[in-house]
Amino acid sequence: MSRPVLEKLAPWLATLVLLLLWQLAVMVFHIESFVLPTPLEAIYQIYVNRYALMVHGLATLGTTLAGFAIAVVFGLLLGILVGSFRLAYVSLYPVLIGFNSVPKAALVPILVIWFGVGTIPAVLAAFLLSFFPVLVNVATGFATIEPELLDVLRVLGATRRDMIVKIGIPRSLPYFFASLKIAITLSFVGSVIAEIIAGNNGIGNVMLIASSNFNVPLVFAALLVVGIMGVSMYALFAFLETRFTSWSVRGQGLDYATGG
Amino acid sequence: MSYIEIDDVDLHYGGQLGAGDGTLALANATLSIGRDEFVGIVGPSGCGKSTLLKLISGLIAPTRGNVRVGGEDVKKPLKNIGMAFQNSTLLPWRNVRNNVLLPLEIVEPYRSQPMSAMSAKRKRADELLTAVGLAEFGDRMPWQLSGGMQQRAQLCRALIHEPSILLLDEPFGALDAFTREELWAVLQDLWMRRQCTVILVTHELREAVYLCDTVYVVSPRPGRIIASSTIPFERPRTLEMTFRSEFVDLVHTCRHHISSGNTI
Repeated sequence: MSRPVLEKLAPWLATLVLLLLWQLAVMVFHIESFVLPTPLEAIYQIYVNRYALMVHGLATLGTTLAGFAIAVVFGLLLGILVGSFRLAYVSLYPVLIGFNSVPKAALVPILVIWFGVGTIPAVLAAFLLSFFPVLVNVATGFATIEPELLDVLRVLGATRRDMIVKIGIPRSLPYFFASLKIAITLSFVGSVIAEIIAGNNGIGNVMLIASSNFNVPLVFAALLVVGIMGVSMYALFAFLETRFTSWSVRGQGLDYATGG
Repeated sequence: MSYIEIDDVDLHYGGQLGAGDGTLALANATLSIGRDEFVGIVGPSGCGKSTLLKLISGLIAPTRGNVRVGGEDVKKPLKNIGMAFQNSTLLPWRNVRNNVLLPLEIVEPYRSQPMSAMSAKRKRADELLTAVGLAEFGDRMPWQLSGGMQQRAQLCRALIHEPSILLLDEPFGALDAFTREELWAVLQDLWMRRQCTVILVTHELREAVYLCDTVYVVSPRPGRIIASSTIPFERPRTLEMTFRSEFVDLVHTCRHHISSGNTI
Protein backbone atom coordinates (compact mmCIF):
# COMPACT_ATOMS: atom_id res chain seq x y z
CA MET A 1 0.00 0.00 0.00
CA SER A 2 1.44 3.37 -0.95
CA ARG A 3 2.10 5.92 1.73
CA PRO A 4 -0.50 8.57 0.68
CA VAL A 5 -3.23 5.89 0.58
CA LEU A 6 -2.14 4.66 3.98
CA GLU A 7 -2.31 8.20 5.35
CA LYS A 8 -5.84 8.63 3.97
CA LEU A 9 -6.99 5.38 5.56
CA ALA A 10 -5.11 5.81 8.85
CA PRO A 11 -7.75 7.83 10.75
CA TRP A 12 -10.50 5.36 9.77
CA LEU A 13 -8.37 2.38 10.72
CA ALA A 14 -7.43 3.93 14.07
CA THR A 15 -11.11 4.57 14.87
CA LEU A 16 -12.00 1.04 13.87
CA VAL A 17 -9.25 -0.43 16.05
CA LEU A 18 -10.41 1.64 19.04
CA LEU A 19 -14.01 0.49 18.58
CA LEU A 20 -12.78 -3.07 18.27
CA LEU A 21 -10.78 -2.80 21.52
CA TRP A 22 -13.84 -1.35 23.21
CA GLN A 23 -16.01 -4.21 21.95
CA LEU A 24 -13.46 -6.83 23.06
CA ALA A 25 -12.97 -5.26 26.49
CA VAL A 26 -16.70 -5.31 27.20
CA MET A 27 -16.96 -8.94 26.03
CA VAL A 28 -13.83 -10.22 27.80
CA PHE A 29 -14.58 -8.54 31.14
CA HIS A 30 -18.33 -9.31 30.97
CA ILE A 31 -19.30 -5.69 31.58
CA GLU A 32 -23.05 -5.18 31.86
CA SER A 33 -24.55 -3.04 29.14
CA PHE A 34 -26.09 -0.59 31.68
CA VAL A 35 -22.54 0.12 32.85
CA LEU A 36 -20.74 0.17 29.53
CA PRO A 37 -22.48 -0.99 26.35
CA THR A 38 -20.54 -2.30 23.41
CA PRO A 39 -20.06 -0.03 20.42
CA LEU A 40 -22.29 -2.36 18.43
CA GLU A 41 -25.11 -1.82 20.93
CA ALA A 42 -24.54 1.93 20.72
CA ILE A 43 -24.58 1.85 16.93
CA TYR A 44 -27.68 -0.33 17.02
CA GLN A 45 -29.32 2.33 19.22
CA ILE A 46 -28.40 4.96 16.65
CA TYR A 47 -30.19 2.85 14.06
CA VAL A 48 -33.25 2.25 16.27
CA ASN A 49 -33.55 5.91 17.26
CA ARG A 50 -32.34 7.31 13.97
CA TYR A 51 -35.25 9.67 13.52
CA ALA A 52 -35.14 11.14 17.04
CA LEU A 53 -31.36 11.37 16.95
CA MET A 54 -31.46 13.17 13.63
CA VAL A 55 -34.03 15.71 14.81
CA HIS A 56 -32.23 16.35 18.09
CA GLY A 57 -28.82 16.18 16.47
CA LEU A 58 -29.82 18.86 13.98
CA ALA A 59 -31.23 20.95 16.84
CA THR A 60 -27.91 20.68 18.66
CA LEU A 61 -26.03 21.46 15.47
CA GLY A 62 -28.13 24.59 14.92
CA THR A 63 -27.67 25.71 18.51
CA THR A 64 -23.94 25.07 18.35
CA LEU A 65 -23.47 26.92 15.06
CA ALA A 66 -25.49 29.88 16.31
CA GLY A 67 -23.31 30.16 19.42
CA PHE A 68 -20.21 29.58 17.34
CA ALA A 69 -21.17 32.32 14.87
CA ILE A 70 -21.62 34.83 17.68
CA ALA A 71 -18.29 33.70 19.16
CA VAL A 72 -16.50 34.21 15.83
CA VAL A 73 -17.83 37.73 15.30
CA PHE A 74 -17.30 38.74 18.93
CA GLY A 75 -13.88 37.08 19.21
CA LEU A 76 -12.73 38.63 15.94
CA LEU A 77 -13.79 42.16 16.84
CA LEU A 78 -12.48 42.01 20.39
CA GLY A 79 -9.29 40.30 19.18
CA ILE A 80 -8.64 43.13 16.73
CA LEU A 81 -9.30 45.67 19.47
CA VAL A 82 -7.09 43.95 22.04
CA GLY A 83 -4.37 43.18 19.50
CA SER A 84 -4.05 46.62 17.98
CA PHE A 85 -4.60 48.98 20.91
CA ARG A 86 -2.16 48.64 23.75
CA LEU A 87 -4.54 50.27 26.23
CA ALA A 88 -7.30 47.80 25.33
CA TYR A 89 -4.85 44.94 25.83
CA VAL A 90 -3.64 46.17 29.21
CA SER A 91 -7.12 46.87 30.53
CA LEU A 92 -9.08 43.92 29.13
CA TYR A 93 -6.68 40.99 29.25
CA PRO A 94 -6.83 40.30 33.03
CA VAL A 95 -10.63 40.44 32.91
CA LEU A 96 -10.73 38.05 29.97
CA ILE A 97 -8.33 35.59 31.57
CA GLY A 98 -10.37 35.72 34.75
CA PHE A 99 -13.56 35.15 32.80
CA ASN A 100 -12.08 32.23 30.92
CA SER A 101 -11.09 30.57 34.20
CA VAL A 102 -14.72 30.46 35.33
CA PRO A 103 -16.24 27.01 34.59
CA LYS A 104 -18.92 27.76 32.01
CA ALA A 105 -21.08 24.84 33.13
CA ALA A 106 -21.57 26.77 36.35
CA LEU A 107 -22.97 29.68 34.37
CA VAL A 108 -25.73 27.64 32.73
CA PRO A 109 -28.09 27.78 35.76
CA ILE A 110 -27.66 31.56 35.79
CA LEU A 111 -28.44 31.73 32.08
CA VAL A 112 -31.56 29.64 32.75
CA ILE A 113 -32.67 32.12 35.43
CA TRP A 114 -32.22 34.94 32.93
CA PHE A 115 -33.53 33.39 29.74
CA GLY A 116 -35.56 30.35 30.85
CA VAL A 117 -35.13 26.73 29.84
CA GLY A 118 -34.54 26.12 26.13
CA THR A 119 -32.34 27.04 23.24
CA ILE A 120 -31.07 30.45 24.33
CA PRO A 121 -28.97 29.23 27.30
CA ALA A 122 -27.46 26.55 25.04
CA VAL A 123 -26.57 29.08 22.34
CA LEU A 124 -25.02 31.35 24.95
CA ALA A 125 -23.10 28.49 26.56
CA ALA A 126 -21.69 27.50 23.14
CA PHE A 127 -20.71 31.13 22.60
CA LEU A 128 -19.14 31.61 26.04
CA LEU A 129 -17.06 28.47 25.75
CA SER A 130 -15.71 29.16 22.28
CA PHE A 131 -15.03 32.87 21.85
CA PHE A 132 -11.86 32.92 23.89
CA PRO A 133 -9.55 30.95 21.55
CA VAL A 134 -10.75 33.09 18.62
CA LEU A 135 -10.03 36.27 20.53
CA VAL A 136 -6.61 35.19 21.77
CA ASN A 137 -5.48 33.94 18.38
CA VAL A 138 -6.59 37.02 16.47
CA ALA A 139 -5.01 39.25 19.10
CA THR A 140 -1.78 37.25 18.81
CA GLY A 141 -1.79 37.67 15.04
CA PHE A 142 -2.11 41.42 15.49
CA ALA A 143 0.33 41.76 18.36
CA THR A 144 3.13 39.91 16.58
CA ILE A 145 3.25 42.10 13.48
CA GLU A 146 6.89 42.99 12.80
CA PRO A 147 7.47 46.57 14.03
CA GLU A 148 9.51 47.36 10.90
CA LEU A 149 6.48 46.59 8.77
CA LEU A 150 4.39 49.06 10.73
CA ASP A 151 7.17 51.65 10.36
CA VAL A 152 7.14 51.18 6.59
CA LEU A 153 3.41 51.87 6.55
CA ARG A 154 3.54 54.73 9.03
CA VAL A 155 6.00 56.73 6.96
CA LEU A 156 3.71 56.32 3.97
CA GLY A 157 1.07 58.17 5.98
CA ALA A 158 -1.03 55.06 6.66
CA THR A 159 -3.93 55.43 9.06
CA ARG A 160 -4.60 52.90 11.80
CA ARG A 161 -7.44 51.57 9.69
CA ASP A 162 -5.01 50.99 6.80
CA MET A 163 -2.74 49.02 9.07
CA ILE A 164 -5.61 46.87 10.37
CA VAL A 165 -7.05 46.20 6.92
CA LYS A 166 -3.84 45.80 4.92
CA ILE A 167 -1.62 44.12 7.49
CA GLY A 168 -3.42 43.05 10.66
CA ILE A 169 -6.36 41.12 9.26
CA PRO A 170 -4.56 39.20 6.50
CA ARG A 171 -1.69 38.46 8.84
CA SER A 172 -3.93 37.07 11.57
CA LEU A 173 -6.00 34.91 9.19
CA PRO A 174 -3.92 31.75 9.75
CA TYR A 175 -4.25 32.25 13.51
CA PHE A 176 -7.97 32.91 13.06
CA PHE A 177 -8.63 29.75 11.06
CA ALA A 178 -6.57 27.66 13.45
CA SER A 179 -8.72 28.97 16.29
CA LEU A 180 -11.96 28.09 14.46
CA LYS A 181 -11.06 24.41 14.62
CA ILE A 182 -10.69 24.64 18.40
CA ALA A 183 -13.69 26.91 18.84
CA ILE A 184 -16.16 24.69 16.95
CA THR A 185 -15.39 21.68 19.13
CA LEU A 186 -15.70 23.81 22.29
CA SER A 187 -19.04 25.09 21.01
CA PHE A 188 -20.36 21.53 21.00
CA VAL A 189 -19.21 21.10 24.59
CA GLY A 190 -21.06 24.27 25.58
CA SER A 191 -24.34 23.52 23.84
CA VAL A 192 -24.51 19.88 24.95
CA ILE A 193 -23.74 20.74 28.58
CA ALA A 194 -26.49 23.37 28.55
CA GLU A 195 -28.92 20.90 27.00
CA ILE A 196 -28.13 18.34 29.68
CA ILE A 197 -28.56 20.84 32.50
CA ALA A 198 -31.53 22.74 31.18
CA GLY A 199 -32.63 21.80 27.72
CA ASN A 200 -35.94 20.77 26.30
CA ASN A 201 -34.51 19.39 23.11
CA GLY A 202 -31.17 18.55 21.50
CA ILE A 203 -28.75 15.66 21.91
CA GLY A 204 -27.93 16.69 25.48
CA ASN A 205 -31.59 16.38 26.39
CA VAL A 206 -31.72 12.92 24.74
CA MET A 207 -28.76 11.90 26.90
CA LEU A 208 -30.42 13.21 30.06
CA ILE A 209 -33.66 11.32 29.41
CA ALA A 210 -31.85 8.16 28.31
CA SER A 211 -29.67 8.07 31.40
CA SER A 212 -32.62 8.67 33.72
CA ASN A 213 -34.18 5.56 32.07
CA PHE A 214 -30.90 3.66 32.49
CA ASN A 215 -30.77 3.35 28.68
CA VAL A 216 -26.98 3.59 28.70
CA PRO A 217 -26.57 2.32 25.11
CA LEU A 218 -28.68 5.27 23.93
CA VAL A 219 -26.48 7.66 25.97
CA PHE A 220 -23.47 6.31 24.13
CA ALA A 221 -25.32 6.49 20.82
CA ALA A 222 -25.93 10.19 21.49
CA LEU A 223 -22.27 10.67 22.43
CA LEU A 224 -21.22 9.08 19.15
CA VAL A 225 -23.52 11.42 17.24
CA VAL A 226 -21.97 14.46 18.96
CA GLY A 227 -18.50 13.12 18.21
CA ILE A 228 -19.32 12.60 14.55
CA MET A 229 -20.76 16.10 14.25
CA GLY A 230 -17.68 17.56 15.95
CA VAL A 231 -15.26 15.76 13.65
CA SER A 232 -17.26 16.80 10.57
CA MET A 233 -17.27 20.47 11.53
CA TYR A 234 -13.58 20.29 12.39
CA ALA A 235 -12.86 18.84 8.96
CA LEU A 236 -14.91 21.59 7.34
CA PHE A 237 -12.91 24.33 9.04
CA ALA A 238 -9.62 22.56 8.40
CA PHE A 239 -10.58 22.58 4.72
CA LEU A 240 -11.46 26.29 4.82
CA GLU A 241 -8.15 26.96 6.56
CA THR A 242 -6.09 25.44 3.77
CA ARG A 243 -8.26 27.20 1.18
CA PHE A 244 -7.88 30.70 2.58
CA THR A 245 -4.42 30.71 4.09
CA SER A 246 -2.41 28.69 1.61
CA TRP A 247 0.29 31.37 1.67
CA SER A 248 1.18 30.48 5.24
CA VAL A 249 1.82 26.85 4.35
CA ARG A 250 4.95 27.36 2.37
CA GLY A 251 6.93 25.14 0.12
CA GLN A 252 4.88 21.94 0.25
CA GLY A 253 5.37 19.91 -2.86
CA LEU A 254 7.15 22.78 -4.52
CA ASP A 255 9.27 21.45 -7.30
CA TYR A 256 11.32 24.47 -8.20
CA ALA A 257 13.86 26.51 -6.33
CA THR A 258 15.14 29.94 -7.18
CA GLY A 259 18.58 31.39 -6.91
CA GLY A 260 20.31 34.72 -7.20
CA MET B 1 20.76 74.64 0.90
CA SER B 2 20.16 71.66 3.08
CA TYR B 3 17.02 69.59 2.85
CA ILE B 4 17.27 67.59 6.05
CA GLU B 5 18.68 69.35 9.09
CA ILE B 6 19.40 67.67 12.39
CA ASP B 7 20.36 70.35 14.84
CA ASP B 8 22.11 69.38 18.09
CA VAL B 9 19.77 66.46 18.78
CA ASP B 10 19.82 64.19 21.85
CA LEU B 11 17.76 61.05 22.03
CA HIS B 12 17.16 59.33 25.32
CA TYR B 13 15.33 55.99 25.56
CA GLY B 14 13.41 55.09 28.70
CA GLY B 15 13.93 56.35 32.24
CA GLN B 16 13.88 59.89 33.51
CA LEU B 17 16.02 62.42 31.72
CA GLY B 18 18.90 63.52 33.89
CA ALA B 19 18.20 60.78 36.44
CA GLY B 20 20.94 58.64 34.95
CA ASP B 21 18.75 55.68 34.01
CA GLY B 22 17.61 54.74 30.54
CA THR B 23 19.90 54.96 27.54
CA LEU B 24 21.29 57.96 25.78
CA ALA B 25 21.24 56.73 22.19
CA LEU B 26 22.33 59.91 20.43
CA ALA B 27 24.12 62.96 21.76
CA ASN B 28 24.63 66.36 20.13
CA ALA B 29 23.93 64.96 16.70
CA THR B 30 24.20 67.64 14.05
CA LEU B 31 23.80 66.75 10.43
CA SER B 32 22.82 68.54 7.30
CA ILE B 33 21.83 66.67 4.17
CA GLY B 34 21.24 68.28 0.79
CA ARG B 35 18.35 67.49 -1.54
CA ASP B 36 18.99 64.40 -3.62
CA GLU B 37 22.18 63.70 -1.73
CA PHE B 38 23.18 60.08 -1.11
CA VAL B 39 24.36 59.92 2.47
CA GLY B 40 25.86 57.02 4.40
CA ILE B 41 25.83 56.61 8.17
CA VAL B 42 28.41 54.14 9.42
CA GLY B 43 29.41 53.14 12.89
CA PRO B 44 29.64 50.23 15.32
CA SER B 45 26.47 48.35 16.14
CA GLY B 46 24.22 49.89 18.76
CA CYS B 47 25.52 53.38 18.12
CA GLY B 48 22.18 54.91 17.28
CA LYS B 49 22.35 54.71 13.49
CA SER B 50 18.85 53.33 13.14
CA THR B 51 17.64 55.85 15.71
CA LEU B 52 18.80 58.58 13.38
CA LEU B 53 16.56 57.21 10.62
CA LYS B 54 13.59 57.10 12.96
CA LEU B 55 14.23 60.72 13.94
CA ILE B 56 14.35 61.88 10.34
CA SER B 57 11.14 60.05 9.43
CA GLY B 58 9.40 61.40 12.52
CA LEU B 59 8.71 57.92 13.95
CA ILE B 60 10.26 59.13 17.20
CA ALA B 61 10.73 62.65 18.52
CA PRO B 62 14.10 63.93 19.75
CA THR B 63 14.54 64.41 23.49
CA ARG B 64 16.33 67.66 22.77
CA GLY B 65 17.07 69.62 19.63
CA ASN B 66 15.35 69.96 16.30
CA VAL B 67 14.84 67.85 13.19
CA ARG B 68 13.76 69.73 10.09
CA VAL B 69 12.89 68.35 6.69
CA GLY B 70 12.30 70.77 3.83
CA GLY B 71 12.46 73.68 6.25
CA GLU B 72 9.70 72.36 8.52
CA ASP B 73 9.99 70.84 11.98
CA VAL B 74 9.28 67.12 12.02
CA LYS B 75 6.60 66.60 14.65
CA LYS B 76 4.81 63.45 13.50
CA PRO B 77 5.65 60.68 11.02
CA LEU B 78 6.32 62.14 7.58
CA LYS B 79 4.27 60.85 4.70
CA ASN B 80 5.64 59.62 1.43
CA ILE B 81 8.91 58.16 2.65
CA GLY B 82 10.43 54.96 1.32
CA MET B 83 11.96 52.53 3.76
CA ALA B 84 13.78 49.21 3.49
CA PHE B 85 15.26 47.02 6.21
CA GLN B 86 17.77 44.23 6.64
CA ASN B 87 15.11 41.57 7.05
CA SER B 88 12.53 41.31 4.35
CA THR B 89 9.28 43.00 5.30
CA LEU B 90 7.39 41.80 2.24
CA LEU B 91 3.85 40.67 3.01
CA PRO B 92 3.82 36.86 2.69
CA TRP B 93 0.20 36.76 1.52
CA ARG B 94 0.78 39.00 -1.49
CA ASN B 95 2.71 38.15 -4.60
CA VAL B 96 5.76 40.23 -5.42
CA ARG B 97 3.93 42.67 -7.71
CA ASN B 98 1.19 43.35 -5.18
CA ASN B 99 3.83 43.85 -2.51
CA VAL B 100 5.49 46.47 -4.66
CA LEU B 101 2.09 48.11 -5.25
CA LEU B 102 1.34 48.45 -1.52
CA PRO B 103 2.51 52.10 -1.14
CA LEU B 104 0.23 53.15 -3.99
CA GLU B 105 -2.73 51.90 -1.95
CA ILE B 106 -1.78 54.26 0.86
CA VAL B 107 -0.05 57.35 -0.50
CA GLU B 108 -2.01 60.14 -2.14
CA PRO B 109 -2.72 60.91 -4.95
CA TYR B 110 -2.48 57.26 -6.04
CA ARG B 111 -4.75 56.09 -3.27
CA SER B 112 -7.81 57.97 -4.53
CA GLN B 113 -7.21 57.14 -8.16
CA PRO B 114 -9.99 55.12 -9.79
CA MET B 115 -9.63 51.42 -10.50
CA SER B 116 -8.95 52.29 -14.15
CA ALA B 117 -5.53 53.56 -13.12
CA MET B 118 -4.68 50.07 -11.91
CA SER B 119 -3.17 48.81 -15.15
CA ALA B 120 -0.85 51.84 -15.32
CA LYS B 121 0.23 51.13 -11.74
CA ARG B 122 0.86 47.49 -12.53
CA LYS B 123 2.92 48.54 -15.51
CA ARG B 124 4.96 50.81 -13.30
CA ALA B 125 5.54 48.02 -10.80
CA ASP B 126 6.62 45.70 -13.59
CA GLU B 127 9.03 48.33 -14.95
CA LEU B 128 10.62 48.69 -11.54
CA LEU B 129 10.83 44.93 -11.14
CA THR B 130 12.46 44.69 -14.56
CA ALA B 131 14.97 47.37 -13.56
CA VAL B 132 16.11 45.28 -10.60
CA GLY B 133 16.14 42.04 -12.59
CA LEU B 134 12.91 40.55 -11.30
CA ALA B 135 10.94 40.86 -14.54
CA GLU B 136 9.54 37.33 -14.40
CA PHE B 137 8.93 37.20 -10.68
CA GLY B 138 5.95 39.54 -10.30
CA ASP B 139 3.54 36.63 -9.83
CA ARG B 140 5.72 34.71 -7.39
CA MET B 141 5.13 34.70 -3.67
CA PRO B 142 7.87 36.23 -1.50
CA TRP B 143 8.95 32.93 0.02
CA GLN B 144 9.71 31.62 -3.43
CA LEU B 145 12.44 34.27 -3.77
CA SER B 146 15.99 34.12 -2.48
CA GLY B 147 17.13 36.65 0.11
CA GLY B 148 18.78 38.86 -2.49
CA MET B 149 15.68 38.84 -4.66
CA GLN B 150 13.50 39.74 -1.69
CA GLN B 151 15.71 42.75 -1.04
CA ARG B 152 15.41 43.79 -4.68
CA ALA B 153 11.64 43.61 -4.36
CA GLN B 154 11.82 45.57 -1.14
CA LEU B 155 13.76 48.33 -2.92
CA CYS B 156 11.04 48.45 -5.57
CA ARG B 157 8.38 48.81 -2.90
CA ALA B 158 10.36 51.58 -1.23
CA LEU B 159 10.60 53.53 -4.48
CA ILE B 160 7.36 52.98 -6.41
CA HIS B 161 5.60 56.03 -4.94
CA GLU B 162 8.59 58.20 -5.86
CA PRO B 163 9.38 59.29 -2.32
CA SER B 164 11.48 62.38 -1.70
CA ILE B 165 13.43 60.52 0.98
CA LEU B 166 14.60 56.92 0.93
CA LEU B 167 15.72 55.47 4.26
CA LEU B 168 17.73 52.25 4.14
CA ASP B 169 18.55 50.42 7.35
CA GLU B 170 21.30 47.93 6.53
CA PRO B 171 19.32 46.69 3.54
CA PHE B 172 22.05 44.30 2.38
CA GLY B 173 23.29 43.28 5.82
CA ALA B 174 21.97 39.72 5.67
CA LEU B 175 23.22 38.94 2.16
CA ASP B 176 26.35 37.17 1.02
CA ALA B 177 29.20 39.31 -0.32
CA PHE B 178 28.55 38.65 -4.02
CA THR B 179 24.84 39.35 -3.86
CA ARG B 180 25.53 42.43 -1.81
CA GLU B 181 27.91 43.89 -4.38
CA GLU B 182 25.43 43.12 -7.13
CA LEU B 183 22.77 45.03 -5.24
CA TRP B 184 25.04 48.06 -4.74
CA ALA B 185 24.99 48.46 -8.50
CA VAL B 186 21.22 47.94 -8.62
CA LEU B 187 20.65 50.61 -5.99
CA GLN B 188 23.03 53.08 -7.63
CA ASP B 189 21.26 52.47 -10.91
CA LEU B 190 17.81 53.09 -9.43
CA TRP B 191 19.02 56.25 -7.75
CA MET B 192 20.64 57.61 -10.92
CA ARG B 193 17.42 57.10 -12.87
CA ARG B 194 15.36 59.03 -10.40
CA GLN B 195 17.19 60.94 -7.76
CA CYS B 196 15.95 61.33 -4.24
CA THR B 197 17.57 61.94 -0.89
CA VAL B 198 18.92 58.63 0.35
CA ILE B 199 20.15 57.89 3.84
CA LEU B 200 21.86 54.54 4.05
CA VAL B 201 22.70 53.07 7.42
CA THR B 202 25.32 50.36 7.20
CA HIS B 203 28.27 48.84 8.99
CA GLU B 204 29.90 47.86 5.73
CA LEU B 205 32.39 50.64 4.97
CA ARG B 206 33.04 49.63 1.36
CA GLU B 207 29.33 49.75 0.73
CA ALA B 208 29.09 53.28 2.12
CA VAL B 209 32.05 54.56 0.13
CA TYR B 210 30.84 52.87 -3.06
CA LEU B 211 27.31 54.26 -2.88
CA CYS B 212 27.41 57.59 -1.08
CA ASP B 213 28.22 61.22 -1.75
CA THR B 214 28.98 61.81 1.91
CA VAL B 215 29.75 59.30 4.65
CA TYR B 216 29.21 60.20 8.30
CA VAL B 217 30.91 58.21 11.03
CA VAL B 218 29.05 57.76 14.29
CA SER B 219 30.82 56.95 17.57
CA PRO B 220 29.79 54.14 19.93
CA ARG B 221 26.90 54.90 22.27
CA PRO B 222 25.98 57.57 22.96
CA GLY B 223 26.22 58.14 19.22
CA ARG B 224 27.96 61.32 18.15
CA ILE B 225 28.90 62.23 14.63
CA ILE B 226 32.68 62.20 14.81
CA ALA B 227 33.72 62.53 11.18
CA SER B 228 32.46 62.97 7.66
CA SER B 229 34.10 62.29 4.34
CA THR B 230 33.02 63.48 0.95
CA ILE B 231 33.37 60.78 -1.68
CA PRO B 232 34.63 62.38 -4.88
CA PHE B 233 34.34 59.50 -7.38
CA GLU B 234 32.27 60.09 -10.50
CA ARG B 235 29.19 57.99 -11.19
CA PRO B 236 28.32 55.42 -12.19
CA ARG B 237 30.81 53.79 -9.89
CA THR B 238 31.96 50.29 -10.64
CA LEU B 239 33.20 47.40 -8.57
CA GLU B 240 36.52 47.89 -10.34
CA MET B 241 36.86 51.23 -8.55
CA THR B 242 36.65 49.63 -5.15
CA PHE B 243 40.13 48.21 -5.71
CA ARG B 244 41.73 51.56 -6.56
CA SER B 245 44.04 53.01 -3.95
CA GLU B 246 41.99 56.23 -3.52
CA PHE B 247 38.95 54.11 -2.72
CA VAL B 248 40.83 51.86 -0.35
CA ASP B 249 42.35 54.93 1.36
CA LEU B 250 38.89 56.40 1.97
CA VAL B 251 37.67 53.13 3.45
CA HIS B 252 40.71 53.08 5.71
CA THR B 253 40.12 56.66 6.83
CA CYS B 254 36.55 55.76 7.82
CA ARG B 255 37.74 52.66 9.64
CA HIS B 256 40.34 54.76 11.44
CA HIS B 257 37.65 57.20 12.60
CA ILE B 258 35.54 54.35 13.94
CA SER B 259 38.38 52.70 15.83
CA SER B 260 39.60 56.00 17.26
CA GLY B 261 36.00 56.68 18.33
CA ASN B 262 36.12 53.43 20.24
CA THR B 263 38.96 54.57 22.46
CA ILE B 264 37.37 57.83 23.57
